[in-house]
Amino acid sequence: MIGDAAPAHNVGSSPQRKVLVTGTSGMLGRAVAQLLHERGYLVRSLQRRAVQAPWESIQGSIADPDVAARAVAGMDAVVHLAAKVSFTGEWNEFLATNIVGTRQLLRAAQHEGVRDFVFVSSPSVAHFGSSIVGATAGAANPALARGHYARSKAAAEEIALAQNSPAFRVTAIRPHVVWGPGDTQLVERVVERARTGRLPLLDGGRALIDTTYVDNAAEAIVRGLERMDQAHGQALVVTNGEPRPVGELIAGICAAAGVPAPGYSIPGWLARGAGSVIEKAWTVAGARGWVHDEPPMTRFLAEQLSTAHWFDQRNTQAVLDWTPAVSLDEGLSRLAEHYRAL
Amino acid sequence: MVAVTSEHTAVSQPWPGVSPAWQQVLTVPSTSAVDPVGTSRQWHYLDNESDVLATGKAPRGTLLCVHGNPTWSYLWRTLLAGATSPETLAAGGPWRVIAVDQLDMGFSERTGTFRRLEDRINDLSDFTAALGLTGPVVSVGHDWGGIISLGWATRHKDQLAAVVLTNTAVHPAGFTLPPALKLALHPAVHQWGTSTTSAFLRVTHGLAAPTLSTEVRAAFMAPYRSVARRAGVGNFVADIPATPEHPSWAALDAVSSDIRSLGVPALMMWGPKDPVFSDRYLRDLITRLPHADVHRFEGASHLVQEDRDIAAPTFTWLAQRFPTSDQAASLEQATTKDSTNTEYVPMLAELDARTADTSTAVVDMLTDGGTRSLSWAQLSCDVDDLAAGLRELGVKAGDRVSLLVPPGINLTTLIYACLRLGAVIVVADPGLGTKGLSRAIKGAGPDFLIGIERALAGARLYNWPGIRIAAEDFPPATATAKKALFKVAGTVPQLLANGRVTRLAGYASTFSTPAPDADAAVLFTSGSTGPAKGVVYTHRRLAAMRDTLKATYRLEAGTSLVAGFAPFALLGPALGATTVTPDMDVTAPRTLTAKALAEAAAAIDATVVFASPAALVNVVATAAELTPALRKVLAGVELLLSAGAPLGQRLLTQVQELTTNAALHTPYGMTEALPVTDIDLPGILAAGAGNGVCVGTPVSGAAIAIAPVLAQGLDLSPTTAAEVTGEILVRAPHVKERYDRLWITQTHSTSIPGWHRTGDVGHLDAQGRLWVEGRMEHILTTPTGVKTPVACEQAVEQVPGVARAAVVGVGPMGTQAAVAIVETAPAIKRPGLAAAPLAAAVRAAALSVGLPLAAVITIDAMPTDVRHNSKIDRAKLSRWAARLLAGQKAGQP
Repeated sequence: MIGDAAPAHNVGSSPQRKVLVTGTSGMLGRAVAQLLHERGYLVRSLQRRAVQAPWESIQGSIADPDVAARAVAGMDAVVHLAAKVSFTGEWNEFLATNIVGTRQLLRAAQHEGVRDFVFVSSPSVAHFGSSIVGATAGAANPALARGHYARSKAAAEEIALAQNSPAFRVTAIRPHVVWGPGDTQLVERVVERARTGRLPLLDGGRALIDTTYVDNAAEAIVRGLERMDQAHGQALVVTNGEPRPVGELIAGICAAAGVPAPGYSIPGWLARGAGSVIEKAWTVAGARGWVHDEPPMTRFLAEQLSTAHWFDQRNTQAVLDWTPAVSLDEGLSRLAEHYRAL
Repeated sequence: MVAVTSEHTAVSQPWPGVSPAWQQVLTVPSTSAVDPVGTSRQWHYLDNESDVLATGKAPRGTLLCVHGNPTWSYLWRTLLAGATSPETLAAGGPWRVIAVDQLDMGFSERTGTFRRLEDRINDLSDFTAALGLTGPVVSVGHDWGGIISLGWATRHKDQLAAVVLTNTAVHPAGFTLPPALKLALHPAVHQWGTSTTSAFLRVTHGLAAPTLSTEVRAAFMAPYRSVARRAGVGNFVADIPATPEHPSWAALDAVSSDIRSLGVPALMMWGPKDPVFSDRYLRDLITRLPHADVHRFEGASHLVQEDRDIAAPTFTWLAQRFPTSDQAASLEQATTKDSTNTEYVPMLAELDARTADTSTAVVDMLTDGGTRSLSWAQLSCDVDDLAAGLRELGVKAGDRVSLLVPPGINLTTLIYACLRLGAVIVVADPGLGTKGLSRAIKGAGPDFLIGIERALAGARLYNWPGIRIAAEDFPPATATAKKALFKVAGTVPQLLANGRVTRLAGYASTFSTPAPDADAAVLFTSGSTGPAKGVVYTHRRLAAMRDTLKATYRLEAGTSLVAGFAPFALLGPALGATTVTPDMDVTAPRTLTAKALAEAAAAIDATVVFASPAALVNVVATAAELTPALRKVLAGVELLLSAGAPLGQRLLTQVQELTTNAALHTPYGMTEALPVTDIDLPGILAAGAGNGVCVGTPVSGAAIAIAPVLAQGLDLSPTTAAEVTGEILVRAPHVKERYDRLWITQTHSTSIPGWHRTGDVGHLDAQGRLWVEGRMEHILTTPTGVKTPVACEQAVEQVPGVARAAVVGVGPMGTQAAVAIVETAPAIKRPGLAAAPLAAAVRAAALSVGLPLAAVITIDAMPTDVRHNSKIDRAKLSRWAARLLAGQKAGQP
């Protein structure tokens, strides 16, 4: 066991434990705050937009030292989700939010005497473009991570885990492809592209991809906090543990949203090559104001859609003492319900 | 980084796989004739002594490793590392490992002399003397270093504990040099190829299969970067004694004859794809060290140390040969003798008892509708005559004789003639395919090869070993030409005639009875799971196979049987049963027609039929051609045995309609144990559906147990508890003696003391019946535990539109994802993901037996094995599905 001889402290169901959750304007951050709130934690949230919530909420950027100090004041623990997530954009933006912001928050939390820090990360920090077939978490590597997002998260995770000590315990939870009702990252992109016929399958959509239904990801993050005795110092990839061919997954999401599933397939190598070109063209065109949407294909997206991405969940489930409660099929039917209600 | 400065160059690590602490330099006073008195030489060598010290335990002994040309001590790095591994320590280790760079080689001194074999053997002795090497030593050699290490061994017998050899040769008189070496020695090539350029190095490194990594290749090249540094490489090649006039011939001859007196344990590990040190040199070494344990790594080449893991088997072997006192005691305890120690009756006993019996013993059904038959008296006489003829030609006890002759009287006579002589029959069947057959024959390395014309053509084309004998006379017009073409030493009819002449001349042939525990036969596995493996049976074990059949099926002497399944067919004369061989193409069992079967049965009033499932499929399909009279003949059959693969209940029922009065049995077994269990049609009906195929209860003399499969691995304590899934274990007097020249495979198969590990997975039920659930390598290790595929496949095959299903795992052990691959009816054209409705139905079916599927793939046709065309090659499918689902180019399975 990694466990140190720490004295008894607030864990689990203690109703008075005060937790800061950053990045609650996103689907996952919101779900984490909600779950903590329901479990009886005293929740404070920090996000850039104003939100309506039954808990104390601060508006602002973590890159601002004053905001960070204010946010962690009086807290016992921090769950840090705030990040810039995008396939495109300038490095400086990723640097400011994902690296500098994280460092800022860590420093503020340590200064405040916060005991536990959950850094929400991404499996892309340790995987570098090839297939992932039943892999374990692996160490984050900013030098090899692909794309600004993954590179900045890798650097941030390294920084966060380096701070881990008996007095200030840090764990990194890496949920893989989180989706659910209200998701703007995966679900909306898929549905939007499918609706306009801009979503091809690559290689027939046969690559196995493991994803995470939002409630499972939220639960795993909360478990990271509750199982800090076991989890601190570790990076844990979190998924549903149900790899599926990406084509089937996309068809399932389209069916739930009531849009036609992709009807055509292009070779993966072609898409990866074209993606590089299109991505560059879009960056140039975007800078000149010619286009305002995301590129129809990027190299990163093409890789995501044409290579396997699934993980060994045994260590994660043992450390967190957790199993996903919502199956993939149950998740899809909840998604369908959500779209029917719209 | 460690820098070693030697005479000509500074060398620096890192070399992948070498610990800097291993590198040592020693100044050694030379007593070799080539050096002036008082000369000292600087040796570079690798030594794991510091690793051994760190274990805190005393070494069991020292491995003295000698490289060949043009490698260096780097070749032995896996032995240095493996000598202190946790496994080696657990097995009683550590071992000290010293790997030298010979003088003028590697990073040892460039002496500027021409060192011959005698010098080199003496050099090595100088080195061990200077080092003060005491205690037991295991000599280890490769390539030309094999001879030098053996030379050292013959001069240090007091210290020598064991001998380990890898792709080497002791080049006895009479052997010609391999063509590749002849070329290397050619004056036009020699200087240029070996030292002027680095061609010889690059060619040697290029032999590695799979290819060496750039870093490893660079490490092998490191000491030989300049022409000056390569002088030793050229001299080494020039010192190969091609003729008795060569200065090193005498030294070589001394080593090759002296090693016959080495009584110590020996292990030979061989890469048979080696174009230089090929199988013939292995066979030669086996004759000199007949007690050696041998492992041929099928597919590996000259640099066998690079191609395969030789370290783990070496230390396992050392632990077995040199057990600690604790290990020896526990081994004693665990080794249990076969419970049924029945009296041994030789295979030839029935023949010997019937030398005056004029009733029919063997019948061949001929294609023209006629028959050929021999009485017991004739068969017995022919067997002795042929044995005498073979002996005259040079066949002696212990020689291997490959029989490439179709079943029938000729084969039967040959088999029993060989058994009579104590020669070992090698029976590889054409069902292996040409490539498989070729590999099998080369692996067994027969001294003689007896075949029909087609087989002799194959022997010529593929360079199969063995003195060739034609099974039949050639037509007179072409006889001379063909004898020359196929280089045959004789024909079977000639040998029979020779034997007969000897007998009629009044020289009664006497044959000494082979020892019961001497090798009698090498049979081959089907090759459905990797290359076919040779399986050795002794006379005692063959006799036990006969006794098991006899007791299980009450095959008393006087029974008449139709032999449609080869391995059992050869037992007819041993059982004292009259045997008829039906007219069929044995290379394709499915050519047996109902008419041919019935006519064969009619010829001897057969009451027993041995057949294979493929043959029975065709018998059922051609039943319409049976006349009422022939139907009546089949109705007279009392026992029908279908062996080879499990038989479906539907086919059995159809067969029963033809053989209305027969008890239908389908035994379960394998080349390593024939048979293991038996079940009849009522038994199959009573068992019903379950997880796997019910194959019944153990046959006479056999016992079954299960080694439970757990998520973290195999539990090696056998159990007979019901409903425990695991590897099926067999104990019986008729289990194989050993695998042939596959020491590692043999060690694995007997690693649970007293049992043969079948590699099949299954369970026993409450009634003691065995259910087979597939092969061990087909097990899925999912995050929720170990799953066998059969039950899930059976559930999926119930889905409308599914013709056949295979369930395989993709991904790493312990966290595999389950994938169903289905053949549809009608078949689809291109493999890919199943259409959504089919995928949903298949998923639901799999989930109903507790296995969630990651993907459902449709395929046009399943890959199957060559011999039976029925066993789905799941290993191949699994690799294909893994590629497909990783988004890689998948190709064909």
